Amino acid sequence: MKRPQVLAAGALITTSLLACGAAQAQTEIHWWHSMTGGLNDWVIDLANGFNSSQSEFKVVPTYKGTYDESMAAAIAAFRAGNAPHVLQVFEVGTATMMASKGAIVPVGKVMADAGHKFDSKAYISAVVGYYTAPNGQMLSFPLNSSTTVLNYNKDLFRKAGLDPNKPPATWPELVSAAAKLKASGVSCPFTTSWQGWTQLESFSTWHNTLFATQNNGFGGTSARLVFNSPLHVRHIENLANMAKQGLFQYRGRGNLGDAPFYSGECAMATASSSTYASIKKNAKFDFGIAPLPHYPDVPGAPQNTVIGGASLWVMSGKKAPEYKGVAAFFNHLTNAEIQARSHQRTGYLPVTLASFELTEKSGFYKQNPGTDTAVNQMIRKTTEKSRGIRLGNFVQIRAIVDEELEQVWSGKKAAREALDSAVQRGNEQLERFEKANKS
Amino acid sequence: MATEKRVVFRSAWLPWVLLAPQVGVIAVFFFWPAGQALLQSFQQSDAFGSYTEWVGLENFHRLFSDPTYLASFKTTALFSVLVAGLGIAISLLLAVFADRVVRGTTIYRTLLIWPYAVAPAVAGVLWLFMFAPSIGIVSHTLRSFGVEWNHLLNSGQAMALIVAAAVWKQISYNFLFFLAGLQSIPKSLVEAAAIDGARPWRRFWTIQFPLLSPTTFFLFVINIVYAFFDTFAIVDASTQGGPGKDTAILVYKVYYDGFKAMDLGGSAAQSVVLMVIVIALTVVQFRFVEKKVNY
Repeated sequence: MKRPQVLAAGALITTSLLACGAAQAQTEIHWWHSMTGGLNDWVIDLANGFNSSQSEFKVVPTYKGTYDESMAAAIAAFRAGNAPHVLQVFEVGTATMMASKGAIVPVGKVMADAGHKFDSKAYISAVVGYYTAPNGQMLSFPLNSSTTVLNYNKDLFRKAGLDPNKPPATWPELVSAAAKLKASGVSCPFTTSWQGWTQLESFSTWHNTLFATQNNGFGGTSARLVFNSPLHVRHIENLANMAKQGLFQYRGRGNLGDAPFYSGECAMATASSSTYASIKKNAKFDFGIAPLPHYPDVPGAPQNTVIGGASLWVMSGKKAPEYKGVAAFFNHLTNAEIQARSHQRTGYLPVTLASFELTEKSGFYKQNPGTDTAVNQMIRKTTEKSRGIRLGNFVQIRAIVDEELEQVWSGKKAAREALDSAVQRGNEQLERFEKANKS
Repeated sequence: MATEKRVVFRSAWLPWVLLAPQVGVIAVFFFWPAGQALLQSFQQSDAFGSYTEWVGLENFHRLFSDPTYLASFKTTALFSVLVAGLGIAISLLLAVFADRVVRGTTIYRTLLIWPYAVAPAVAGVLWLFMFAPSIGIVSHTLRSFGVEWNHLLNSGQAMALIVAAAVWKQISYNFLFFLAGLQSIPKSLVEAAAIDGARPWRRFWTIQFPLLSPTTFFLFVINIVYAFFDTFAIVDASTQGGPGKDTAILVYKVYYDGFKAMDLGGSAAQSVVLMVIVIALTVVQFRFVEKKVNY
């Protein structure tokens, strides 16, 4: 190597060392999340927005796999003593996080310690209620909340002679619409994603019926499942009959039901409201978003649908200035304009009332009909039965529900038999959770 | 003197030093984790490990009072027999043919060995794509023959899917051993039989197959262990144990309970059960099956 090159290399190293020194002066806040595709871009934009708004802290978002993968990764990291500051946890992990008292710091405390005002009344009650401890303290930061909606393909509705601006509002209407769609040659009139969430959990709150005792687990860990009521059995029987006639097609667990709707194969699909961004991007047809159907003879229906999505949890064992940074970041995220922009971009719910009003004023809902469906389903005053569902070992309970419902769709079990079995197996999970978290 | 026939190290410590690396590896990668699993199987803790309680045999008791766990023994037995049986039969067939190929041997062999480099999860996804009920190329073809493929609801088809993926991934490994085994059989034996008028099938059955028996036995043990332990990623990526619990083999439940449901105690208890089964199976195999092996 010649002299000048050596010098140049030396200079380069010095500058990069200096740059490192400058970067270290900033306190880094590590944020593990599970957002992919367009939602990943959104997360990065949120972090960049905060990083450029001030110079003291730097939020570093890292994708750590699906919701359960990133949770497992964070748990392993916590045990090894290097957990992230902020972790995105899906709603079914909420009870587990709440029970892990030593592992988390309540968001309400983080905000108060840093001197930020945190007004939980500014939030939509169904959202804030879900992530609040019985003593009224906010436990996690509601970043992305979604709910269940009915997506439908307007083009296929037209082809079947149905009114594309009059989606089925009730289950009987949905059945007859599905029959017409099938008669017009649609191979998959109706499907669903997240069958447990849409057909049992949200179905329960929508009909103001309990999914589990103790107000769906809000009253304590002695909650037990009760989704084998006559109403639930009736609904699952109804779906089983639809499956037999080819009106309902089961397309797999989780969000596997979304893709056949995007591709135009399935005409109607109950799904998360956060599918909006993907449908808009992928669908080559005219689509509509409608509220979840209900049974008109059930008193109190429709009430409100149940919350899904995820929230941000603050992990324990970090230094005080780092918590200040976390608080500053959350404070940044509560800004109504940022919230409104996030809502319009992702299809997740506006979690504060101000951001909802801002979005309404901007004319977004008029320009994008159907995008307010999810909001309208959620913004109502919740009842004790419809506030949300917060259960221990919920991940396992969802899997049990998947397993039992599959037996119904394949005709191996009757609706009552499957729901009874799901309740019994799920209750074993709840009993164990209660026992493990007695303290 | 009992040491007459043995090769004796004069030094007292040298043999231990020579053994040390291997013992170290086994201790770190087998005995230590196995010990941990054993310990955890008697405990229950919350997800973050902030509290741990000694529960004795409760984890085991809970497992064996769970009818779905007991049912998954049957599922696992069926799965393992199919995977080991098909995996060995198909790869033996391929090896016998590969042994006879004169031209293009390298290409043929390389292609057969290829799948071994594929990660189990990728293998699962690959087969899942081909058999996806609405978009898969194979399910599409099957439909044109009047076979309605839907492994989401049909347990038999779901089992076929995971067996196919698991066998496909293991064939390369088996193939390599069989091919090496076949090539180490002296040509003169086969040629002598051919001169005596034995047809290929008879030559294979009376000469090659018996001489391959050590290889077959070894692969049988390895394949059973593979089916029991290494296949959870395939199940996770393709059927997730469904429909119902009809493809939830034991190791998948270990993975699911430990890494998705965060129930480390329950998961550890299951892996202890699994460990006992595999040890028992291996003992049985060495005790009874090995007697039929000619070395």
